[in-house]
Amino acid sequence: MKKPHTIAERRQISLNRHNTLVGLSFILPNFIGFALFILIPVIFSFILSVCKWDGFTAIQFVGLENFSNIFKDRVFKASLQHTIIFTIFSVVCTMSLSLMLAILLNRKIRGVNFFRSAVFFPYVASVVAVGAVWNAMFLKDGGPVNTMLQALGVSNPPGWFASTKWALPGVIIVSIWKNMGYFMIIYLAALQDIPSTLYEAAVIDGANGWQKFRNVTFPLLAPAHFFVFMMLTINSFKVFDLIWVLTDGGPGIATKVLANYIYDRAFVSWNYGYSSAASMILFLIIGTITIIQFTVQKKFDDVM
Amino acid sequence: MQITKENRLSSIARYVGLVIIAILTLLPFVWMLSASFKSDIDVFSVPIQWIPKTFHPENYVKIWTKIPLGLFTYNSIKLTVIITLIQLVTSSFAAYGFSKCRFKGRDTLFVCYIITIAIPWQVYMLPQYIMMQKVHLIDTHLSIILLQSFTAFGVFLLRQFFQSVPNELLEAARIDGLTEYGIYARIMLPLSKPAMATLTIFSFVSVWNDFMGPMIYFNSTRNKTIQLGIRMFISQYSAEYNLIMAASLCSLVPVFILYVSFQRFFIQGIATSGLKG
Repeated sequence: MKKPHTIAERRQISLNRHNTLVGLSFILPNFIGFALFILIPVIFSFILSVCKWDGFTAIQFVGLENFSNIFKDRVFKASLQHTIIFTIFSVVCTMSLSLMLAILLNRKIRGVNFFRSAVFFPYVASVVAVGAVWNAMFLKDGGPVNTMLQALGVSNPPGWFASTKWALPGVIIVSIWKNMGYFMIIYLAALQDIPSTLYEAAVIDGANGWQKFRNVTFPLLAPAHFFVFMMLTINSFKVFDLIWVLTDGGPGIATKVLANYIYDRAFVSWNYGYSSAASMILFLIIGTITIIQFTVQKKFDDVM
Repeated sequence: MQITKENRLSSIARYVGLVIIAILTLLPFVWMLSASFKSDIDVFSVPIQWIPKTFHPENYVKIWTKIPLGLFTYNSIKLTVIITLIQLVTSSFAAYGFSKCRFKGRDTLFVCYIITIAIPWQVYMLPQYIMMQKVHLIDTHLSIILLQSFTAFGVFLLRQFFQSVPNELLEAARIDGLTEYGIYARIMLPLSKPAMATLTIFSFVSVWNDFMGPMIYFNSTRNKTIQLGIRMFISQYSAEYNLIMAASLCSLVPVFILYVSFQRFFIQGIATSGLKG
Protein backbone atom coordinates (compact mmCIF):
# COMPACT_ATOMS: atom_id res chain seq x y z
CA MET A 1 0.00 0.00 0.00
CA LYS A 2 1.13 3.49 -0.77
CA LYS A 3 1.77 5.77 2.13
CA PRO A 4 -0.09 9.08 1.98
CA HIS A 5 2.30 11.92 1.32
CA THR A 6 0.66 15.26 1.12
CA ILE A 7 -1.06 16.89 4.03
CA ALA A 8 -4.23 17.10 1.97
CA GLU A 9 -4.24 13.34 1.43
CA ARG A 10 -3.60 12.68 5.07
CA ARG A 11 -6.36 15.06 6.09
CA GLN A 12 -8.73 13.34 3.66
CA ILE A 13 -8.00 9.96 5.21
CA SER A 14 -8.52 11.14 8.75
CA LEU A 15 -11.72 12.85 7.64
CA ASN A 16 -12.91 9.60 6.09
CA ARG A 17 -12.10 7.75 9.27
CA HIS A 18 -13.93 10.35 11.27
CA ASN A 19 -16.97 10.09 9.00
CA THR A 20 -16.98 6.32 9.28
CA LEU A 21 -16.84 6.50 13.06
CA VAL A 22 -19.66 9.03 13.23
CA GLY A 23 -21.75 7.03 10.79
CA LEU A 24 -21.19 3.79 12.66
CA SER A 25 -22.01 5.44 15.97
CA PHE A 26 -25.44 6.29 14.60
CA ILE A 27 -26.09 2.79 13.37
CA LEU A 28 -24.52 0.83 16.20
CA PRO A 29 -27.23 1.06 18.90
CA ASN A 30 -29.75 -0.46 16.54
CA PHE A 31 -27.30 -2.76 14.81
CA ILE A 32 -26.11 -4.48 18.00
CA GLY A 33 -29.66 -5.45 18.89
CA PHE A 34 -30.45 -6.33 15.31
CA ALA A 35 -27.37 -8.53 14.88
CA LEU A 36 -27.82 -10.31 18.20
CA PHE A 37 -31.54 -10.95 18.06
CA ILE A 38 -32.28 -11.27 14.36
CA LEU A 39 -29.17 -11.80 12.21
CA ILE A 40 -27.51 -14.45 14.40
CA PRO A 41 -30.75 -16.43 14.92
CA VAL A 42 -31.29 -16.45 11.14
CA ILE A 43 -27.81 -17.93 10.60
CA PHE A 44 -28.34 -20.35 13.49
CA SER A 45 -31.50 -21.54 11.79
CA PHE A 46 -29.58 -22.46 8.65
CA ILE A 47 -27.18 -24.53 10.75
CA LEU A 48 -29.95 -26.25 12.68
CA SER A 49 -31.68 -27.38 9.51
CA VAL A 50 -28.82 -29.78 8.75
CA CYS A 51 -28.49 -31.03 12.33
CA LYS A 52 -30.31 -33.32 14.68
CA TRP A 53 -31.05 -31.76 18.05
CA ASP A 54 -33.67 -31.81 20.79
CA GLY A 55 -32.13 -28.98 22.78
CA PHE A 56 -30.62 -31.19 25.46
CA THR A 57 -28.33 -33.82 23.95
CA ALA A 58 -25.35 -32.95 21.74
CA ILE A 59 -25.96 -31.46 18.30
CA GLN A 60 -25.34 -33.95 15.53
CA PHE A 61 -24.69 -33.12 11.89
CA VAL A 62 -27.02 -35.11 9.63
CA GLY A 63 -26.74 -33.38 6.27
CA LEU A 64 -29.94 -33.25 4.28
CA GLU A 65 -31.62 -36.00 6.27
CA ASN A 66 -34.12 -33.61 7.88
CA PHE A 67 -35.27 -32.48 4.48
CA SER A 68 -35.76 -35.97 3.09
CA ASN A 69 -37.54 -36.93 6.32
CA ILE A 70 -40.02 -34.08 6.39
CA PHE A 71 -40.96 -34.77 2.79
CA LYS A 72 -41.93 -38.27 3.93
CA ASP A 73 -43.93 -36.77 6.83
CA ARG A 74 -47.66 -36.93 6.12
CA VAL A 75 -48.32 -33.90 8.33
CA PHE A 76 -45.72 -31.82 6.52
CA LYS A 77 -47.16 -32.68 3.14
CA ALA A 78 -50.67 -31.84 4.32
CA SER A 79 -49.43 -28.55 5.80
CA LEU A 80 -47.71 -27.56 2.58
CA GLN A 81 -50.83 -28.42 0.62
CA HIS A 82 -53.09 -26.40 2.93
CA THR A 83 -50.70 -23.46 2.73
CA ILE A 84 -50.87 -23.52 -1.06
CA ILE A 85 -54.68 -23.79 -1.15
CA PHE A 86 -54.95 -21.03 1.44
CA THR A 87 -52.59 -18.85 -0.59
CA ILE A 88 -54.35 -19.33 -3.92
CA PHE A 89 -57.81 -18.50 -2.61
CA SER A 90 -56.82 -15.64 -0.30
CA VAL A 91 -54.70 -14.02 -2.99
CA VAL A 92 -57.32 -14.17 -5.72
CA CYS A 93 -60.27 -13.14 -3.54
CA THR A 94 -58.47 -10.45 -1.53
CA MET A 95 -57.03 -8.93 -4.66
CA SER A 96 -60.32 -8.68 -6.53
CA LEU A 97 -62.26 -7.45 -3.51
CA SER A 98 -59.71 -4.81 -2.53
CA LEU A 99 -59.54 -3.53 -6.11
CA MET A 100 -63.31 -3.34 -6.27
CA LEU A 101 -63.47 -1.49 -2.96
CA ALA A 102 -60.77 0.95 -4.02
CA ILE A 103 -62.61 1.79 -7.22
CA LEU A 104 -65.89 2.24 -5.34
CA LEU A 105 -64.21 4.47 -2.78
CA ASN A 106 -62.03 6.49 -5.14
CA ARG A 107 -64.66 9.22 -5.36
CA LYS A 108 -65.43 12.33 -3.44
CA ILE A 109 -68.73 11.07 -2.12
CA ARG A 110 -70.34 11.74 1.21
CA GLY A 111 -69.19 9.41 3.96
CA VAL A 112 -66.24 8.10 1.99
CA ASN A 113 -64.00 8.29 5.04
CA PHE A 114 -66.42 6.29 7.11
CA PHE A 115 -66.52 3.51 4.51
CA ARG A 116 -62.76 3.42 4.16
CA SER A 117 -62.32 3.25 7.92
CA ALA A 118 -64.91 0.52 8.24
CA VAL A 119 -63.19 -1.66 5.67
CA PHE A 120 -59.73 -1.02 7.09
CA PHE A 121 -60.50 -1.53 10.77
CA PRO A 122 -60.37 -5.37 10.75
CA TYR A 123 -56.75 -5.05 9.65
CA VAL A 124 -55.74 -3.29 12.88
CA ALA A 125 -57.95 -5.37 15.16
CA SER A 126 -55.98 -7.91 17.19
CA VAL A 127 -56.03 -11.51 16.00
CA VAL A 128 -57.10 -12.68 19.44
CA ALA A 129 -60.28 -10.60 19.38
CA VAL A 130 -60.82 -11.50 15.73
CA GLY A 131 -60.40 -15.18 16.58
CA ALA A 132 -62.82 -14.96 19.48
CA VAL A 133 -65.57 -13.27 17.52
CA TRP A 134 -65.25 -15.40 14.37
CA ASN A 135 -65.25 -18.59 16.40
CA ALA A 136 -68.61 -17.47 17.73
CA MET A 137 -69.83 -16.21 14.34
CA PHE A 138 -69.03 -19.54 12.70
CA LEU A 139 -70.43 -21.72 15.47
CA LYS A 140 -72.22 -24.66 13.86
CA ASP A 141 -75.42 -24.49 15.89
CA GLY A 142 -76.76 -21.04 16.66
CA GLY A 143 -73.76 -19.12 15.30
CA PRO A 144 -74.89 -15.88 13.62
CA VAL A 145 -73.51 -16.90 10.19
CA ASN A 146 -75.46 -20.14 10.12
CA THR A 147 -78.54 -18.50 11.62
CA MET A 148 -78.47 -15.99 8.77
CA LEU A 149 -77.84 -18.70 6.20
CA GLN A 150 -80.83 -20.61 7.51
CA ALA A 151 -82.94 -17.47 7.38
CA LEU A 152 -81.90 -17.19 3.73
CA GLY A 153 -83.14 -20.70 3.09
CA VAL A 154 -79.98 -22.82 3.44
CA SER A 155 -81.41 -25.82 5.22
CA ASN A 156 -78.14 -27.57 6.01
CA PRO A 157 -75.47 -24.90 6.63
CA PRO A 158 -71.80 -25.93 6.85
CA GLY A 159 -70.12 -26.90 10.11
CA TRP A 160 -67.28 -24.41 9.52
CA PHE A 161 -64.50 -24.84 12.09
CA ALA A 162 -66.04 -28.06 13.36
CA SER A 163 -65.85 -29.74 9.97
CA THR A 164 -62.70 -30.90 8.20
CA LYS A 165 -64.20 -29.89 4.88
CA TRP A 166 -65.30 -26.36 5.78
CA ALA A 167 -62.60 -25.28 8.24
CA LEU A 168 -60.13 -24.17 5.57
CA PRO A 169 -62.73 -22.14 3.60
CA GLY A 170 -63.77 -20.55 6.90
CA VAL A 171 -60.20 -19.55 7.69
CA ILE A 172 -59.79 -18.14 4.18
CA ILE A 173 -62.96 -16.03 4.55
CA VAL A 174 -61.70 -14.52 7.80
CA SER A 175 -58.31 -13.80 6.28
CA ILE A 176 -59.90 -12.01 3.30
CA TRP A 177 -62.11 -10.00 5.65
CA LYS A 178 -59.14 -9.00 7.79
CA ASN A 179 -56.72 -8.03 5.02
CA MET A 180 -58.75 -6.49 2.21
CA GLY A 181 -58.70 -3.04 3.82
CA TYR A 182 -54.93 -2.90 3.76
CA PHE A 183 -54.69 -3.69 0.06
CA MET A 184 -57.57 -1.37 -0.68
CA ILE A 185 -55.41 1.47 0.69
CA ILE A 186 -52.57 0.47 -1.62
CA TYR A 187 -54.90 0.38 -4.61
CA LEU A 188 -56.39 3.74 -3.62
CA ALA A 189 -52.92 5.30 -3.55
CA ALA A 190 -52.21 3.88 -7.00
CA LEU A 191 -55.57 5.02 -8.40
CA GLN A 192 -54.84 8.56 -7.30
CA ASP A 193 -51.69 8.52 -9.44
CA ILE A 194 -53.61 7.88 -12.68
CA PRO A 195 -53.80 11.22 -14.51
CA SER A 196 -57.39 12.36 -15.01
CA THR A 197 -56.56 13.51 -18.56
CA LEU A 198 -56.54 9.86 -19.61
CA TYR A 199 -60.13 9.47 -18.51
CA GLU A 200 -61.09 12.69 -20.26
CA ALA A 201 -59.52 11.37 -23.45
CA ALA A 202 -61.39 8.09 -23.05
CA VAL A 203 -64.68 9.95 -22.63
CA ILE A 204 -64.00 11.93 -25.81
CA ASP A 205 -63.40 8.63 -27.57
CA GLY A 206 -66.83 7.58 -26.37
CA ALA A 207 -65.77 4.96 -23.83
CA ASN A 208 -68.35 3.75 -21.32
CA GLY A 209 -67.64 2.93 -17.68
CA TRP A 210 -66.59 -0.66 -18.29
CA GLN A 211 -64.35 0.29 -21.23
CA LYS A 212 -62.70 2.98 -19.10
CA PHE A 213 -62.00 0.39 -16.44
CA ARG A 214 -60.76 -2.22 -18.91
CA ASN A 215 -58.58 0.00 -21.05
CA VAL A 216 -57.40 2.72 -18.67
CA THR A 217 -57.71 1.81 -15.01
CA PHE A 218 -56.85 -1.86 -15.04
CA PRO A 219 -53.71 -1.76 -17.23
CA LEU A 220 -52.38 1.39 -15.55
CA LEU A 221 -52.61 -0.33 -12.19
CA ALA A 222 -50.13 -3.00 -13.32
CA PRO A 223 -47.42 -2.06 -10.79
CA ALA A 224 -50.02 -2.03 -8.01
CA HIS A 225 -51.47 -5.38 -9.09
CA PHE A 226 -48.02 -6.81 -9.02
CA PHE A 227 -47.14 -5.40 -5.61
CA VAL A 228 -50.44 -6.49 -4.07
CA PHE A 229 -50.11 -9.95 -5.60
CA MET A 230 -46.60 -10.43 -4.25
CA MET A 231 -47.34 -9.07 -0.78
CA LEU A 232 -50.45 -11.21 -0.50
CA THR A 233 -48.61 -14.31 -1.64
CA ILE A 234 -45.81 -13.75 0.86
CA ASN A 235 -48.22 -12.99 3.70
CA SER A 236 -50.36 -16.00 2.89
CA PHE A 237 -47.41 -18.37 2.94
CA LYS A 238 -46.48 -16.97 6.35
CA VAL A 239 -49.99 -17.21 7.80
CA PHE A 240 -49.75 -18.35 11.40
CA ASP A 241 -51.43 -16.53 14.25
CA LEU A 242 -54.78 -16.13 12.49
CA ILE A 243 -55.07 -19.87 12.01
CA TRP A 244 -53.79 -20.46 15.51
CA VAL A 245 -56.58 -18.44 17.10
CA LEU A 246 -59.30 -19.71 14.78
CA THR A 247 -58.71 -23.45 14.61
CA ASP A 248 -55.20 -24.19 15.91
CA GLY A 249 -54.68 -26.22 12.76
CA GLY A 250 -57.71 -28.38 13.42
CA PRO A 251 -60.01 -30.15 13.34
CA GLY A 252 -57.40 -32.90 13.16
CA ILE A 253 -54.87 -31.35 10.79
CA ALA A 254 -57.46 -29.90 8.41
CA THR A 255 -56.11 -26.34 8.60
CA LYS A 256 -52.50 -26.98 9.57
CA VAL A 257 -50.17 -24.74 7.55
CA LEU A 258 -46.37 -24.56 7.25
CA ALA A 259 -45.99 -22.13 10.13
CA ASN A 260 -48.03 -24.40 12.40
CA TYR A 261 -45.81 -27.30 11.43
CA ILE A 262 -42.67 -25.32 12.21
CA TYR A 263 -44.08 -24.34 15.58
CA ASP A 264 -45.26 -27.84 16.49
CA ARG A 265 -41.98 -29.50 15.62
CA ALA A 266 -40.08 -26.87 17.61
CA PHE A 267 -42.17 -26.39 20.73
CA VAL A 268 -44.36 -29.48 20.96
CA SER A 269 -42.26 -32.42 19.77
CA TRP A 270 -38.86 -30.73 20.35
CA ASN A 271 -37.52 -31.85 17.01
CA TYR A 272 -35.39 -28.83 16.19
CA GLY A 273 -33.97 -30.30 12.98
CA TYR A 274 -37.38 -30.95 11.40
CA SER A 275 -38.62 -27.56 12.47
CA SER A 276 -35.64 -25.74 11.00
CA ALA A 277 -35.75 -27.77 7.79
CA ALA A 278 -39.41 -26.85 7.34
CA SER A 279 -38.58 -23.22 8.08
CA MET A 280 -35.89 -23.36 5.39
CA ILE A 281 -38.51 -24.52 2.90
CA LEU A 282 -40.69 -21.57 3.90
CA PHE A 283 -37.68 -19.30 3.60
CA LEU A 284 -36.88 -20.67 0.15
CA ILE A 285 -40.42 -20.12 -1.10
CA ILE A 286 -40.61 -16.59 0.24
CA GLY A 287 -37.06 -15.80 -0.82
CA THR A 288 -37.82 -16.81 -4.40
CA ILE A 289 -40.97 -14.69 -4.48
CA THR A 290 -39.10 -11.72 -3.02
CA ILE A 291 -36.32 -11.95 -5.58
CA ILE A 292 -38.85 -12.09 -8.41
CA GLN A 293 -40.59 -9.11 -6.87
CA PHE A 294 -37.38 -7.07 -6.60
CA THR A 295 -36.36 -7.70 -10.20
CA VAL A 296 -39.76 -7.03 -11.71
CA GLN A 297 -40.36 -4.01 -9.49
CA LYS A 298 -37.12 -2.53 -10.72
CA LYS A 299 -38.30 -2.97 -14.27
CA PHE A 300 -41.54 -1.17 -13.45
CA ASP A 301 -39.61 1.67 -11.85
CA ASP A 302 -37.42 1.99 -14.93
CA VAL A 303 -40.40 2.07 -17.27
CA MET A 304 -42.64 4.35 -15.22
CA MET B 1 -81.21 15.41 -18.29
CA GLN B 2 -80.46 11.90 -19.40
CA ILE B 3 -76.91 12.04 -18.04
CA THR B 4 -77.83 13.37 -14.62
CA LYS B 5 -80.47 10.69 -14.26
CA GLU B 6 -77.93 8.02 -15.13
CA ASN B 7 -75.43 9.54 -12.73
CA ARG B 8 -77.95 9.58 -9.94
CA LEU B 9 -78.81 5.95 -10.56
CA SER B 10 -75.20 4.86 -10.58
CA SER B 11 -74.42 6.85 -7.45
CA ILE B 12 -77.39 5.24 -5.70
CA ALA B 13 -76.12 1.82 -6.78
CA ARG B 14 -72.69 2.76 -5.51
CA TYR B 15 -74.10 3.76 -2.13
CA VAL B 16 -76.11 0.58 -1.83
CA GLY B 17 -73.01 -1.45 -2.62
CA LEU B 18 -70.93 0.47 -0.09
CA VAL B 19 -73.51 0.18 2.65
CA ILE B 20 -73.73 -3.58 2.12
CA ILE B 21 -69.95 -3.91 2.27
CA ALA B 22 -69.68 -1.73 5.36
CA ILE B 23 -72.37 -3.76 7.09
CA LEU B 24 -70.68 -7.02 6.17
CA THR B 25 -67.26 -5.93 7.38
CA LEU B 26 -68.55 -4.40 10.58
CA LEU B 27 -71.00 -7.19 11.35
CA PRO B 28 -68.63 -9.19 13.56
CA PHE B 29 -67.86 -6.10 15.64
CA VAL B 30 -71.53 -5.20 15.97
CA TRP B 31 -72.31 -8.73 17.02
CA MET B 32 -69.44 -8.61 19.49
CA LEU B 33 -70.76 -5.39 21.02
CA SER B 34 -74.27 -6.71 21.23
CA ALA B 35 -73.25 -10.10 22.67
CA SER B 36 -71.11 -8.42 25.32
CA PHE B 37 -74.24 -6.88 26.83
CA LYS B 38 -76.35 -10.04 26.78
CA SER B 39 -76.95 -12.71 29.38
CA ASP B 40 -75.20 -15.92 28.44
CA ILE B 41 -78.42 -17.71 27.44
CA ASP B 42 -79.37 -14.92 25.02
CA VAL B 43 -76.08 -14.86 23.10
CA PHE B 44 -77.04 -17.38 20.43
CA SER B 45 -80.80 -16.97 20.49
CA VAL B 46 -82.60 -17.46 17.16
CA PRO B 47 -83.48 -15.12 15.48
CA ILE B 48 -80.41 -13.02 16.28
CA GLN B 49 -81.07 -10.23 18.77
CA TRP B 50 -78.96 -7.39 17.45
CA ILE B 51 -80.22 -5.24 20.28
CA PRO B 52 -80.20 -7.24 23.51
CA LYS B 53 -83.60 -7.79 25.09
CA THR B 54 -82.18 -7.09 28.51
CA PHE B 55 -78.94 -5.17 29.01
CA HIS B 56 -76.25 -6.65 31.21
CA PRO B 57 -73.56 -4.03 31.59
CA GLU B 58 -72.38 -5.93 34.66
CA ASN B 59 -70.59 -8.29 32.21
CA TYR B 60 -67.95 -5.60 31.96
CA VAL B 61 -67.51 -5.56 35.73
CA LYS B 62 -67.46 -9.35 35.97
CA ILE B 63 -64.54 -9.84 33.59
CA TRP B 64 -62.26 -7.69 35.77
CA THR B 65 -62.96 -9.92 38.77
CA LYS B 66 -62.61 -13.26 36.96
CA ILE B 67 -59.10 -12.72 35.62
CA PRO B 68 -56.47 -10.10 36.51
CA LEU B 69 -57.34 -7.99 33.48
CA GLY B 70 -55.87 -4.91 35.15
CA LEU B 71 -52.50 -6.58 35.50
CA PHE B 72 -52.60 -7.84 31.90
CA THR B 73 -53.43 -4.36 30.65
CA TYR B 74 -50.58 -2.92 32.70
CA ASN B 75 -48.17 -5.50 31.24
CA SER B 76 -49.30 -4.72 27.71
CA ILE B 77 -48.94 -0.99 28.24
CA LYS B 78 -45.50 -1.45 29.79
CA LEU B 79 -44.19 -3.57 26.92
CA THR B 80 -45.78 -1.38 24.27
CA VAL B 81 -44.34 1.84 25.69
CA ILE B 82 -40.83 0.49 26.29
CA ILE B 83 -40.53 -1.25 22.92
CA THR B 84 -41.96 1.70 21.01
CA LEU B 85 -39.55 4.12 22.73
CA ILE B 86 -36.48 1.97 22.06
CA GLN B 87 -37.59 1.53 18.46
CA LEU B 88 -38.05 5.25 17.94
CA VAL B 89 -34.68 6.19 19.40
CA THR B 90 -32.52 3.48 17.85
CA SER B 91 -34.33 3.39 14.50
CA SER B 92 -34.19 7.14 13.96
CA PHE B 93 -30.53 7.13 14.95
CA ALA B 94 -29.72 4.33 12.53
CA ALA B 95 -31.87 5.83 9.79
CA TYR B 96 -29.84 9.04 10.05
CA GLY B 97 -26.64 7.05 9.72
CA PHE B 98 -27.96 5.17 6.71
CA SER B 99 -29.30 8.22 4.90
CA LYS B 100 -27.10 11.17 5.80
CA CYS B 101 -23.66 9.85 6.79
CA ARG B 102 -21.29 8.68 4.10
CA PHE B 103 -18.91 5.81 4.86
CA LYS B 104 -17.69 2.55 3.43
CA GLY B 105 -19.89 -0.50 3.77
CA ARG B 106 -22.99 1.55 4.56
CA ASP B 107 -25.06 0.26 1.69
CA THR B 108 -24.04 -3.36 2.18
CA LEU B 109 -25.14 -3.11 5.78
CA PHE B 110 -28.44 -1.63 4.74
CA VAL B 111 -29.06 -4.46 2.30
CA CYS B 112 -28.65 -6.85 5.26
CA TYR B 113 -31.45 -4.97 7.00
CA ILE B 114 -33.70 -5.12 3.97
CA ILE B 115 -33.16 -8.84 3.49
CA THR B 116 -34.22 -9.62 7.04
CA ILE B 117 -37.51 -7.76 6.53
CA ALA B 118 -38.28 -10.38 3.92
CA ILE B 119 -37.33 -13.34 6.14
CA PRO B 120 -40.40 -14.70 7.90
CA TRP B 121 -40.22 -14.62 11.67
CA GLN B 122 -41.05 -18.33 11.82
CA VAL B 123 -37.62 -19.05 10.33
CA TYR B 124 -35.77 -17.67 13.32
CA MET B 125 -38.28 -17.97 16.13
CA LEU B 126 -36.73 -21.21 17.36
CA PRO B 127 -33.10 -20.02 17.42
CA GLN B 128 -34.28 -16.88 19.23
CA TYR B 129 -35.98 -19.04 21.80
CA ILE B 130 -32.90 -21.22 22.30
CA MET B 131 -30.78 -18.10 22.77
CA MET B 132 -33.14 -16.66 25.35
CA GLN B 133 -33.20 -20.01 27.12
CA LYS B 134 -29.41 -20.03 27.35
CA VAL B 135 -29.38 -16.63 29.03
CA HIS B 136 -32.34 -17.56 31.27
CA LEU B 137 -34.66 -14.89 29.99
CA ILE B 138 -37.64 -17.14 29.23
CA ASP B 139 -40.74 -15.90 31.04
CA THR B 140 -39.38 -12.39 31.53
CA HIS B 141 -40.56 -9.19 29.90
CA LEU B 142 -36.98 -8.45 28.97
CA SER B 143 -37.00 -11.28 26.40
CA ILE B 144 -39.78 -9.74 24.34
CA ILE B 145 -38.36 -6.24 24.78
CA LEU B 146 -34.99 -7.37 23.41
CA LEU B 147 -36.50 -9.34 20.55
CA GLN B 148 -38.92 -6.71 19.31
CA SER B 149 -37.11 -3.44 19.85
CA PHE B 150 -34.69 -3.63 16.96
CA THR B 151 -36.79 -4.11 13.89
CA ALA B 152 -35.44 -3.41 10.45
CA PHE B 153 -38.87 -2.08 9.49
CA GLY B 154 -38.50 1.02 11.67
CA VAL B 155 -35.10 1.83 10.20
CA PHE B 156 -36.45 1.32 6.71
CA LEU B 157 -39.51 3.52 7.23
CA LEU B 158 -37.57 6.42 8.75
CA ARG B 159 -34.72 6.21 6.25
CA GLN B 160 -37.29 6.53 3.51
CA PHE B 161 -38.45 9.80 5.06
CA PHE B 162 -35.02 11.14 6.01
CA GLN B 163 -33.84 10.79 2.43
CA SER B 164 -36.44 13.30 1.34
CA VAL B 165 -34.89 15.97 3.57
CA PRO B 166 -32.62 18.10 1.33
CA ASN B 167 -28.90 17.76 1.96
CA GLU B 168 -28.39 21.52 1.48
CA LEU B 169 -30.23 22.09 4.72
CA LEU B 170 -27.84 19.82 6.61
CA GLU B 171 -24.85 21.29 4.82
CA ALA B 172 -25.85 24.75 6.00
CA ALA B 173 -26.08 23.47 9.55
CA ARG B 174 -22.64 21.85 9.24
CA ILE B 175 -21.15 25.17 8.13
CA ASP B 176 -22.78 26.78 11.14
CA GLY B 177 -20.73 24.37 13.25
CA LEU B 178 -23.34 21.81 14.26
CA THR B 179 -22.00 18.27 14.72
CA GLU B 180 -23.82 15.34 13.10
CA TYR B 181 -25.45 14.59 16.45
CA GLY B 182 -26.56 18.19 16.70
CA ILE B 183 -28.04 18.06 13.22
CA TYR B 184 -29.86 14.83 14.07
CA ALA B 185 -31.33 16.27 17.26
CA ARG B 186 -32.06 19.84 16.21
CA ILE B 187 -32.93 19.51 12.53
CA MET B 188 -33.78 15.96 11.54
CA LEU B 189 -35.97 15.00 14.49
CA PRO B 190 -38.14 18.13 14.46
CA LEU B 191 -38.60 17.78 10.70
CA SER B 192 -39.59 14.14 10.85
CA LYS B 193 -42.47 14.38 13.31
CA PRO B 194 -44.98 12.83 10.86
CA ALA B 195 -42.70 9.87 10.12
CA MET B 196 -42.01 9.37 13.81
CA ALA B 197 -45.74 9.48 14.50
CA THR B 198 -46.31 6.84 11.84
CA LEU B 199 -43.68 4.57 13.32
CA THR B 200 -45.07 5.12 16.83
CA ILE B 201 -48.52 4.06 15.73
CA PHE B 202 -47.33 1.04 13.79
CA SER B 203 -45.14 -0.10 16.63
CA PHE B 204 -47.86 0.50 19.22
CA VAL B 205 -50.43 -1.49 17.30
CA SER B 206 -48.14 -4.38 16.48
CA VAL B 207 -46.81 -4.77 20.02
CA TRP B 208 -50.24 -4.34 21.60
CA ASN B 209 -51.79 -6.87 19.23
CA ASP B 210 -48.91 -9.33 19.30
CA PHE B 211 -49.97 -12.74 20.41
CA MET B 212 -47.45 -15.36 19.27
CA GLY B 213 -44.40 -13.68 20.85
CA PRO B 214 -45.82 -13.41 24.36
CA MET B 215 -47.44 -16.82 23.96
CA ILE B 216 -44.09 -18.49 23.38
CA TYR B 217 -42.20 -16.58 26.06
CA PHE B 218 -44.57 -15.90 28.97
CA ASN B 219 -45.79 -18.80 31.07
CA SER B 220 -46.65 -17.27 34.41
CA THR B 221 -49.82 -15.27 34.87
CA ARG B 222 -48.02 -12.25 36.31
CA ASN B 223 -46.20 -11.70 33.00
CA LYS B 224 -49.10 -12.15 30.62
CA THR B 225 -50.27 -9.45 28.25
CA ILE B 226 -53.86 -8.56 27.48
CA GLN B 227 -53.95 -10.72 24.34
CA LEU B 228 -52.68 -13.75 26.25
CA GLY B 229 -55.05 -12.96 29.08
CA ILE B 230 -58.02 -13.05 26.75
CA ARG B 231 -56.89 -16.38 25.32
CA MET B 232 -56.58 -17.65 28.89
CA PHE B 233 -60.06 -16.35 29.61
CA ILE B 234 -61.43 -18.08 26.52
CA SER B 235 -60.01 -21.43 27.56
CA GLN B 236 -61.33 -21.07 31.13
CA TYR B 237 -64.80 -19.75 30.35
CA SER B 238 -65.25 -21.22 26.88
CA ALA B 239 -69.04 -21.30 27.13
CA GLU B 240 -69.57 -17.76 28.36
CA TYR B 241 -69.42 -15.95 25.06
CA ASN B 242 -70.91 -12.78 26.51
CA LEU B 243 -67.95 -12.38 28.85
CA ILE B 244 -65.46 -13.40 26.15
CA MET B 245 -66.89 -10.72 23.86
CA ALA B 246 -66.76 -8.11 26.61
CA ALA B 247 -63.10 -8.92 27.31
CA SER B 248 -62.20 -8.94 23.60
CA LEU B 249 -63.93 -5.62 23.12
CA CYS B 250 -61.93 -4.09 25.98
CA SER B 251 -58.72 -5.22 24.27
CA LEU B 252 -59.80 -3.50 21.04
CA VAL B 253 -60.53 -0.13 22.63
CA PRO B 254 -56.98 1.36 22.74
CA VAL B 255 -56.27 0.42 19.13
CA PHE B 256 -59.67 1.73 18.07
CA ILE B 257 -59.09 5.10 19.73
CA LEU B 258 -55.63 5.36 18.20
CA TYR B 259 -57.00 4.36 14.82
CA VAL B 260 -59.83 6.86 14.82
CA SER B 261 -57.65 9.75 15.94
CA PHE B 262 -54.58 9.10 13.79
CA GLN B 263 -56.03 7.47 10.73
CA ARG B 264 -54.02 9.53 8.29
CA PHE B 265 -50.74 8.24 9.76
CA PHE B 266 -51.86 4.67 9.22
CA ILE B 267 -52.62 5.43 5.58
CA GLN B 268 -49.39 7.36 5.13
CA GLY B 269 -47.38 4.53 6.65
CA ILE B 270 -48.88 1.99 4.30
CA ALA B 271 -48.33 4.22 1.30
CA THR B 272 -44.63 4.85 2.07
CA SER B 273 -43.72 1.37 3.21
CA GLY B 274 -45.79 -0.14 0.46
CA LEU B 275 -45.70 0.96 -3.14
CA LYS B 276 -42.78 3.30 -2.94
CA GLY B 277 -40.69 0.71 -1.10
